[in-house]
This record gives sequence, C-alpha cells and structure tokens, in this order.
Amino acid sequence: MPTETKQIQDLASQEYKYGFYTDIEADSIPAGLNEDVVALISAKKNEPEFMLEWRLKAYRHWLTMKEPKWPNVHYPPIDYQGIVYYSAPKKKDSPKSLDEVDPELLETYRKLGIPLGEQELLAGVAVDAVFDSVSVATTFKEKLAELGIIFCSFSEAVGDHPELVKQYLGSVVPYTDNFFASLNSAVFSDGSFCYIPEGVRCPMELSTYFRINAKNTGQFERTLIIAEKGSYVSYLEGCTAPMRDENQLHAAVVELIAHDDAQIKYSTIQNWYPGDDEGKGGIYNFVTKRGKCLGRNSKISWTQVETGSAITWKYPSCILLGDNSIGEFYSVALTKKRQQADTGTKMIHIGKNTRSTVISKGISAGHGQNTYRGLIKISKSATGARNYTQCDSMLIGDQCGAHTFPYIEIKNSTAQMEHEASTSKIGEDQMFYCQSRGLSAEDAVSMIVNGFCKKVFKELPMEFAVEADRLLSVNLEGSVG
Amino acid sequence: MLEIKDLHVKAGDKEILHGINLKVKAGEVHSIMGPNGSGKSTLAQVLAGRESYEVTAGQITYEGKDLLQIAPEDRARLGIFMAFQYPVEIPGVSNTYFLKAALNAIRKERGEEEVDALDFLNLVKEKMELLKIDEKLISRPVNEGFSGGEKKRNEIFQLAVLEPKLAILDETDSGLDIDALKVVAHGVNSLRSKDRAFIVVTHYQRILNYIIPDYVHVLYDGRVVKSGGKQLAIELEKKGYSWLGEETVSAQLVN
Repeated sequence: MPTETKQIQDLASQEYKYGFYTDIEADSIPAGLNEDVVALISAKKNEPEFMLEWRLKAYRHWLTMKEPKWPNVHYPPIDYQGIVYYSAPKKKDSPKSLDEVDPELLETYRKLGIPLGEQELLAGVAVDAVFDSVSVATTFKEKLAELGIIFCSFSEAVGDHPELVKQYLGSVVPYTDNFFASLNSAVFSDGSFCYIPEGVRCPMELSTYFRINAKNTGQFERTLIIAEKGSYVSYLEGCTAPMRDENQLHAAVVELIAHDDAQIKYSTIQNWYPGDDEGKGGIYNFVTKRGKCLGRNSKISWTQVETGSAITWKYPSCILLGDNSIGEFYSVALTKKRQQADTGTKMIHIGKNTRSTVISKGISAGHGQNTYRGLIKISKSATGARNYTQCDSMLIGDQCGAHTFPYIEIKNSTAQMEHEASTSKIGEDQMFYCQSRGLSAEDAVSMIVNGFCKKVFKELPMEFAVEADRLLSVNLEGSVG
Repeated sequence: MLEIKDLHVKAGDKEILHGINLKVKAGEVHSIMGPNGSGKSTLAQVLAGRESYEVTAGQITYEGKDLLQIAPEDRARLGIFMAFQYPVEIPGVSNTYFLKAALNAIRKERGEEEVDALDFLNLVKEKMELLKIDEKLISRPVNEGFSGGEKKRNEIFQLAVLEPKLAILDETDSGLDIDALKVVAHGVNSLRSKDRAFIVVTHYQRILNYIIPDYVHVLYDGRVVKSGGKQLAIELEKKGYSWLGEETVSAQLVN
C-alpha cells in the first residue's frame, strides 16, 4: 500500500468532536404515531384549527405513501412507530432573556462554540437557536422588527402571524410532495420563520443553529422564508449533534419564496454525527428544501457544505417561475467512514430567460459513497433559459465511491445548456509535491481539498467560509488526512 | 553536506540505480548529466523522498543524518528542495498561500517565528523581481494553467523563497527557451552561496553555459561512469553519450 493511502486511512478514524449529551429534563410524549399524536402535537403548541387540519391531511396522505427506494443509499428499515415525535426542554414559559435560559443549555452552546449572548452583537448575527424541538432563545428580534422583519420560531409565527403562515405554508413543498415531506408536515415540531417586507435589505445574516438531542427524538424542522418585492436576506443554517447509538431520523422541510426583484441566499453547514467507523449511530438526514422564484428578476441561491450525517438525502431546488429569475446551487459534500450522500439539485425553468448555475463538489474518503443527482428541466414556456452545471468528484483512498446522475429535460429549443463533470483522485503526485515543500500529509490533503472546494466556499458568507474551511480540515483530519 | 554511498534503487521489479557514489559539500554546484533512462531523475526523486522507489542497498547521509529514515516533509524542513521536472497542479490553492504555508513549516523547524502577511509579501516581491515573475502568476492557483516555462520558473521562484541548503534541479532546463533559461540561470546564480549546494540534473550541456558547475558527473545505465570538471560537459556536448557506453563496457571487461 502506498504510504499516502495508508496515512489517509490512519487519519480516517478521528472521533467526532461534538459528541456529548446534555442532561436536560425533556417533556416528551411516548413513541409512536397516529392521529391522536398529531393532534397532541398541535395542541401542545396551541395551534389554530387550520394547522391541525393541515397536519391531519398530511398524516392521512403519508399513510398512503411508500418510503422512496430510488436514492443510492442503504440503511435498515426505519420503525416509524418507534420514534418519539415530540420533545421539548421543560420550561413553563418562554424565556425573556438569556438569564432565563437553562444554564446547562448555554453550556452546550458554549461547547459548540455558538456565540449566544453579547458576542452576537459583535458578530452581527441574530440567532434563533433550536434546541430539540422548541426554540429556546430568539435574539435581535426587536432590532429586526424596527425594519418590519419578522424572524422568529415557527410556533411563534403560527401564533402571531397566522395569515402569513396560512398563505405560504406548503406553497412550495405541498404536504403531498414526498414521503418525508409529508411526514414532516404532519408532525413538525418547530423551526424558523422569516419575513422580509418590501424593499428591505436585511442588515445582518440571519442564523439558526439546530441541534438534535434527547434520546430517540426525530427532529422535524420546518423553515419558511418569504422575501417580498425588492427585498434581500441571507440566511445561515448550521448543525452539530451529540454522539449516540441509535440512528436518528431528521426530516426537515425548508420553503423559500422570492417575489419580484427579491433575493434569498440560503447557506447551510451540516455536521451531524456521521456514525462510528462501522456507520453505526449516525443521523439520517432526509431533507426537502425548495425555493420558488415567484417574481420577475428574483433570485434564490443555495450553498451547502455537507460533512456530517450517516445518510444525506437532499436536493435543494429552485422553481424558476418569474421571468428572468435566477437559481443557484453550490454544494460541497464530504463522505467518509461509512457515510452515504445522495444529493444535488433540481432547477425547474418555467419563466422566460431564466438562468441557473449548479456547482457541485463531492469528496469521498474512507468507505464513503457520494452521489450527485441533479435535474435540469426546461419547460415549454421557458424561452431563452440557460443552465451551467459543473459537477466534480474527488476520491481519497481506494475504498470509496463517487456517482453522478444528471437528468436533463428540455422542452424548449432555445435553451442553452452546459455541463461539465470530472472525477479526480488525490494523487500521490500532488501529495508528494506538497510534502516536498515541507507540508505534512494532513496539511497537504486539507489544502488540496479546500482548493477543490474553493468555488463553493467563496459563495459562503465570510464567517461561514472560515468555519467551512475549518470544518473540512477537522473532518479531513478524522477521515481523510 | 551530502554523501551517497553505493546506492541501489528499484522501481517495481527493475533496478534502476546500481551503486551510486557522490559527495557534495556546501557551496558546490554538481551537475549530473546523462542520456534518457540513465537514472538521473530517479536519483533526484530518491533524494527528495519519493516513496515509489525502493532503496535496496547503500546509504545517504545528509548533514550527518541518515536521510533515508527521514520523511519527505522533514527533508524539506531540513533544507532539501527539489525543483520538479513536471511541477504538479493544485487547483484552487493560490501560489502565495501554498508558499507561505511551506515557508512557515520550514521556519518552524528552524525555530524561527512564522512570517506575517506583510513580511511575506515583501519577501515575495523581492524574489519576483529577481526571477522576473509576473505578479499575476503568484496569485493564481499553484501551476494551474501555467505554461511549461511558467511552471519551471515558478519552481525556481519557490526555491528562492524557501532558501534551502541543498537544491536539486531536476531537468529544469528542458522545455525552456533561451530567454527563460537565462532568467532561471540568473536566479540560480544569484542564490549560490558558500552555505548552499546545488545538484543540477540535466540532459543537455546548454544550461551549464549559464550555471557553471564545479563538478560534472555522467550517469549511464544507473552508474556514475565519469566525473570531472566543467570541461567534461563540453566534451559530452561534442561527442554525445554513446562513447561512454563503450568505455564502460570495456572497463567492466578489464575488471
């Protein structure tokens, strides 16, 4: 075995750095799912009638559906009756300030390096922190409210702005959309809600940190972002999770709506527990993310750095409805150990002169399996549509795999499509070149991989780009080298 | 500084070097010449620590240390530098970033402080002028999309910034036009010092018109068949390499 390969494999066994469990008394309901549970969740959250009806319709539809088998991922059957569908940290009332937040919770955030407190002001980040299923702290709300921006937990939005929720919930991802989206619609616990009024440019990056905790609790987040005419918002989402033994299901739904001339930039760093060397105990991350460019000249841009989870199944997509609207997808997916990722995007061109860009970088190490799956659809009405797709795969070591499934459907002959794809291996040549200049094998791999991902990283907001760089290096120490 | 004793090297099942002996002192410039396939590049790569070659016998001592026990990155940190015959592209990693990381790794080994961005920039500027390197080149990704000449010049630029004790040039002259060759040679000459040694591996005598060696060794079929002063290079240019083969064969017969 060449030394480089061996080094890479030796390095492929670093422990997950965020594996710890916070002992907070959780207010949970028993495992299992039926209409009573759905009703109970709705009641616990004091939801209005329309929400309960919507959840029940979703649940009934879900019962008629089958779990999708087409993704290029493998896992044992999930026992949906063995999952606890609701768990909230025990607190009678929502905290008014950080002083009221459970100190142990704050300690957890501190360990995760989340700047919840005065640091946010300095960092200019408003954090809507989701711990388990209920938002426990929302900051900067007043500041944003002065501009008419609503940034709150989904539950609060249901209570305070039911008309907006009613209008937009399910308008991009209907409750019938797919197996996991339907399940989410029935049982979602909480999430984030964001509304940017006409002409407002959100002055700070909005950020939410998700964290799965509490044994056996499926996490079903729901995020809804609405950007009115001429507005702009950049939203950051980042995750870590504690180490555990049983697989945890995470089935989130994110819906974005951009009106005329509005722009939404949605960035994700996903670093959930990937499982041990045998792949045991990692998170199943089955997510439906979709944005609708409803208005003319609107733009939705997805950037994701996916390094965690045992299984990742997600296709952040754009429906380009408005004329001249733009959809973008920038992705870095790293799989190591026994991780599996089937990820990509769908760009649905409907409006005239719509444009989309897809840049996907997949890195496989250890026994990781990385699949890019993408659909570019140019409808009959989409005269003058253009797409540029670039998907590159990098292999580290000789036990991993990279797969590419690009689907292209063109129904309008004026469309212009470009597709580039490559697969490369971190070569001994590159490694030796770096090492012969004094860099360690670990630094060399980290540098080569970060260079490979450059095009995606430069799309991330500044603070996230630094984190992404660090995250990749940390993960490479563990899994790549 | 460097002593190679009876070095035997295999690539796969084939022995390429059959017992090389060489002594290099600080301040000296040695040229290793020879036809294609004689083992010149193998020798250079073994010195830099390439692990796809297997050393089956012999030893290499560098500053009193057993070089063969030292990892490639540690050799670099101890002051060995090889300018590659085929420099490798590293997409997305800027030349400056790469070079700064390398320099700091080496400085750390020497017990020196890491250079900050400003000092590094000044150093880079100075060396760029020396080698007539276009400023744009150093902000571009390492060797990506560089022409052959640019890649070679970039190697010498790295050499100038990293300031090794022992510099090995592996056919740096091949593929260079005469102007580029002069620039590279000028760079090397300005880096010559009493503390630094060079091993210039080349196929052609041409570069030795500009970098005057102290010693010339001729490698033929994995052996040093002749050593001499700079005159030897000129002789080779006139006669080619083939006569050496005959001479070796007859020498072996006599033995």
